[in-house]
Amino acid sequence: MSGLKLDNPVIPASGTFGFGYEFAQLYDINILGSFSFKGTTKEPRFGNPTPRIAECTSGMINSVGLQNPGIDKVISEELPKMKKCFNKKVIANISGFSVDEYVYTCEKIDKEEQVGLIEVNISCPNVHGGGMSFGTSCEAAAEVTKAVKSVTAKPVYIKLSPNVTDIVKIAEACENAGADGISMINTLMGMRIDLKTKKPVVANKSGGFSGPAIFPVAVSMVYRVYEAVDIPIIGMGGVASPENVIEMMLAGASAVEVGAANLIDPFASKKIVEGLPDAMKKYGINNLKDITGGAH
Amino acid sequence: MKNVIYTVVSNERLAENVYKMILSGDTSAVTAPGQFINIKVEPFYLRRPISVFDCEDGRLSIIYKVVGAGTEKMSKMEKGTELDCLSGLGNGFDISVSGENPVVIGGGAGVPPLYYLAKKLIQNGKTVTAVLGFNKADEIFAKEDFEKLGVKTVITTADGSYGIKGFVTDALKNMDYSYFYACGPEPMLKALCDKTKTSGQLSFEERMGCGFGACMGCSCETKYGSKRICRDGPVLVKEEIVWKI
Repeated sequence: MSGLKLDNPVIPASGTFGFGYEFAQLYDINILGSFSFKGTTKEPRFGNPTPRIAECTSGMINSVGLQNPGIDKVISEELPKMKKCFNKKVIANISGFSVDEYVYTCEKIDKEEQVGLIEVNISCPNVHGGGMSFGTSCEAAAEVTKAVKSVTAKPVYIKLSPNVTDIVKIAEACENAGADGISMINTLMGMRIDLKTKKPVVANKSGGFSGPAIFPVAVSMVYRVYEAVDIPIIGMGGVASPENVIEMMLAGASAVEVGAANLIDPFASKKIVEGLPDAMKKYGINNLKDITGGAH
Repeated sequence: MKNVIYTVVSNERLAENVYKMILSGDTSAVTAPGQFINIKVEPFYLRRPISVFDCEDGRLSIIYKVVGAGTEKMSKMEKGTELDCLSGLGNGFDISVSGENPVVIGGGAGVPPLYYLAKKLIQNGKTVTAVLGFNKADEIFAKEDFEKLGVKTVITTADGSYGIKGFVTDALKNMDYSYFYACGPEPMLKALCDKTKTSGQLSFEERMGCGFGACMGCSCETKYGSKRICRDGPVLVKEEIVWKI
């Protein structure tokens, strides 16, 4: 995938896997294709007020708001810790509140040998004046893509928001601006209201909806973007089983991220990797590489 | 933390909306009082974090309040039901700093983790007092359990229908204690920090995503930086707490 070789297509998604070591205490995470670490910004962030979590049917809402220790600490403290438990290349998930911040953070991460790919998040629904505001206009998405591409030699994948009129247009704008790939989809905007208090459950009112409920939305969007762009897609959104991985790849994904499932079952990503050979056999698939876009 | 399938041994009503469930299965991941288990209740998506009331080799009990559809479903589970749980979550209480005569203070649904704590303190030769606060007499539970441990047990009720009329802080006024441990609603915890003269440890609640430190859903700010209630807590020491109420 843009020069990054994966043993298998399964990648825990940013924000559901920390910096890997909580999970490394439970199993050898080298079984994974890679993982996308916690969304990182220029400055450290505490994130949004609590409560940040609400339950939904077949899913959840989070409004964490990009809590992270900031790029300097991620490089000085988290990357060395990740190196101890993961001997493959990691995916750096980067976010910002201005084009300059994206550039600053990507320039720093570019020097890190451990990072195999940069996933540029222009789609966080939980922060104001940044995040998703870059992912909802073709011009802003292209501007961030161009700026980031100019400061790094690593493959740049732009993580897109589903909360747009036409995700295909945004994907095309990123491709034209030089993106090496597309990562999609981030969470859908959602809200739950507590009937006892008659107020939204999460303090930030709305949050990002994820989990199995959004899987068909993600498959449909990946399918449509695959038809429009020539760059690889990392597909995600509600993936919870080896069968989901295959379905997402048939829609057009070259690799697949697993998100909320890691939070419900900490062994979910491992189980998906281990379950893939049986699922492939069941559906007559010899090599996963051959099935990307197979549904078209 | 361990992923354990527990089997329901019994599930009985103790008081209004309060139930006690005994589970059998691997309890080796529970290493301290004040820890919790995170229970998958089908068909709900998120697990339900519930503190450990008592624990021995191969057997663990929880006391939970019915507050929503998940705990409602739990209250109807029958003997033999299998539950997918993440066991031994959270830091738990540190009993090494208790001094000779600690007090454990619980409010309503915050009472359960203090029982296993009191048991451990007694096993370590401490003289333990329990102050358990409830709204009214028919909400009282676990009193006899504490008494059977040899714990001096003081009950307060907000409406005065049993024991001392008022709040747990009223029962502490003329009491001597070396240290305090508490679990209950946040206003109670704050009042305790304002009115206690010793240091202490307090167990907090927050809406959680994963319960094991991955999602950052339950973060709180402390004087030593941000902490995750599920993993770095739920127990915080009095001196580090930054109150948001």
